[in-house]
Amino acid sequence: MLLTQSPPTEEKRSQRPERSALIEFGGVTKVYGRGQAAMQALDHIDLRIGQGEFVAMMGPSGSGKSTCLNLLGCLDTPTRGTYRFDGVAVERLSRNQRAMLRRHYLGFVFQGFNLLSRTSALENVELPLIYRKIHAKVRRHRAMEALVAVGLEKWAHHTPAELSGGQQQRVAIARAIAGHPKILLADEPTGNLDSVRSKEIMEMLLSFNRQEGITIVMVTHEAEMAAYADRRILFQDGNITQDDPNGAAQ
Amino acid sequence: MMLWEAFLLAQRAIRRNALRSFLTILGIVIGVAAVIAMVTLGSGATAKVTSDISQLGSNLLHVRPGQGMRGPGGARTSAKAFEVADAKAIENNIAGLTAVAPTASAAQQAIHGGANWSTSITGTTNAFLTVQGWQLAEGRTFSDGDLKAGRAVCLLGRTVQTELFGSVSPVGQALRLGKISFKVIGTLEEKGQSSFGQDQDDIVIVPLRTLQRRMAGNADVAAIIVAVRDGISTEEVKTGIEHLMRERRGIGADQNDDFHVRDMKELIDTLTGTTTVLTALLSAVAGVSLLVGGIGIMNIMMVSVTERTREIGTRLAIGALEREVLTQFLVESVVLAAFGGVIGIALGLIASGIGSQLIGVPFIFKPGIVAGAFLFSGMVGVGFGYFPARKAARLDPIEALRYE
Repeated sequence: MLLTQSPPTEEKRSQRPERSALIEFGGVTKVYGRGQAAMQALDHIDLRIGQGEFVAMMGPSGSGKSTCLNLLGCLDTPTRGTYRFDGVAVERLSRNQRAMLRRHYLGFVFQGFNLLSRTSALENVELPLIYRKIHAKVRRHRAMEALVAVGLEKWAHHTPAELSGGQQQRVAIARAIAGHPKILLADEPTGNLDSVRSKEIMEMLLSFNRQEGITIVMVTHEAEMAAYADRRILFQDGNITQDDPNGAAQ
Repeated sequence: MMLWEAFLLAQRAIRRNALRSFLTILGIVIGVAAVIAMVTLGSGATAKVTSDISQLGSNLLHVRPGQGMRGPGGARTSAKAFEVADAKAIENNIAGLTAVAPTASAAQQAIHGGANWSTSITGTTNAFLTVQGWQLAEGRTFSDGDLKAGRAVCLLGRTVQTELFGSVSPVGQALRLGKISFKVIGTLEEKGQSSFGQDQDDIVIVPLRTLQRRMAGNADVAAIIVAVRDGISTEEVKTGIEHLMRERRGIGADQNDDFHVRDMKELIDTLTGTTTVLTALLSAVAGVSLLVGGIGIMNIMMVSVTERTREIGTRLAIGALEREVLTQFLVESVVLAAFGGVIGIALGLIASGIGSQLIGVPFIFKPGIVAGAFLFSGMVGVGFGYFPARKAARLDPIEALRYE
């Protein structure tokens, strides 16, 4: 059932209930540019990620891991191939339909945090809920819950400039999980943080994965961070060259 | 709900950049203020002209020989002058009049002691004071004897009085008009400038007969001023006078009038028409500055979109629709522009309040223009905000997130 995975995955996985596939890539190819300048970022990728998995995508820059994350996040569409998100054929959706998909089922964490400046942590966390048209009171309550979950309730009314990098990333995580997404996509979430903060962030992501069952796909180039994931996928030149559960990595 | 959120968002974004927002709307502020000031002062000037002429008497008809204001004065010189009998005929045959004043005039040096002053002499009857609504300040008006005998007596306007006599009362004193010595029997209340800029007080009034016989050397009446009673149509009176005069001057049915009856109402229409056109023209010029203000908004919104590329990317990634981003930026520019409009309206009203004091016209508040200016500034916001907003909405989220 798991297409591209090596057999050892099965026993590791069986410790938890069988997961249904949340993400299915079928021969996904992504080409940027045209003619001579064409650059193939992804070359016939087959990938399946189940509900509740914690996946780390690794590889040198230009290997296609970021392109893959953008496609997973419905920010872009494959040039060829199919992408089923929870059974929905994403490659056939319009720009607005993909936006709706992101709005309701996806959460994003970026390397640069991307919080709105001069806007309080609470209001930042509320942002996705605003687009979901959730009533102000409920919204505030849920944003506060998310801030409690990342341990920043005391900082709710501070602006990003008044927070440390680690705190800012925690606000960003709160923003991503406030809408209870099916999947959380993280692009180098610890890229701008020192090792202590990085560890904090990773512990936090891990706990959300374990306790809330949120599927996490994270791009990183640090093996230390990737070690938190259950499964590591290695990209090279637009191809997946390794797809190991954590234990099986060298 | 959606719009309200967008509004809250917009005012937060505006406040985040208070100084820049202020500079952005400066163009709109100035444009709106200029339009408001122009229109308000313009309608004030119109009202002033109207009331000035009404004070001159909107119920007055001026009957003069010649074709009036049409064309050069060729016809006027050839046209026969009126006589005192014409004025009498009007008085006797036309109903609904309060007074009829035959007038003739001459320009003369007025001399008293060492002082001399070039002024205009009007020969008329006491009816002139009635039709002009002029009060005596001192002394008496002409007696029947003065008028019939053509005695050398005169009434002085305030300007002539101060020029020749200073602060001394001239009543009972003598002055010379040309070669003839006149006795001053009274002085007139000050009237000030007319709306045409003439000094109405620069006048000496003498009996009509005195002027005709002793100064002009003829029996001509240059103009007959007719005051129509309130509630009587000046149109009807005018037609009546025209019939009467055609008859008296022997003008056949196929001939043109060699005189004209000027209704002061027509004058009001002409003058207010002029000020209205002028106001419209000035407002149009002011409107151009509004346009320039709009371009200023577009400029800054473009910068703002570029500057906030990452924010837009984040919003798009989180699931904002193109339409929602568009609305957000559009609302922002509309709020900016409308805010500029409000400040501009306030400023424009203050400026026209001060301006109307300075140039001496009434301050007339026009709610229609205020509402119009507000709406228009909102529309400027939509018009010039649309392009930057669309640019924001069409950003590629991946590119936008990567933007440094």
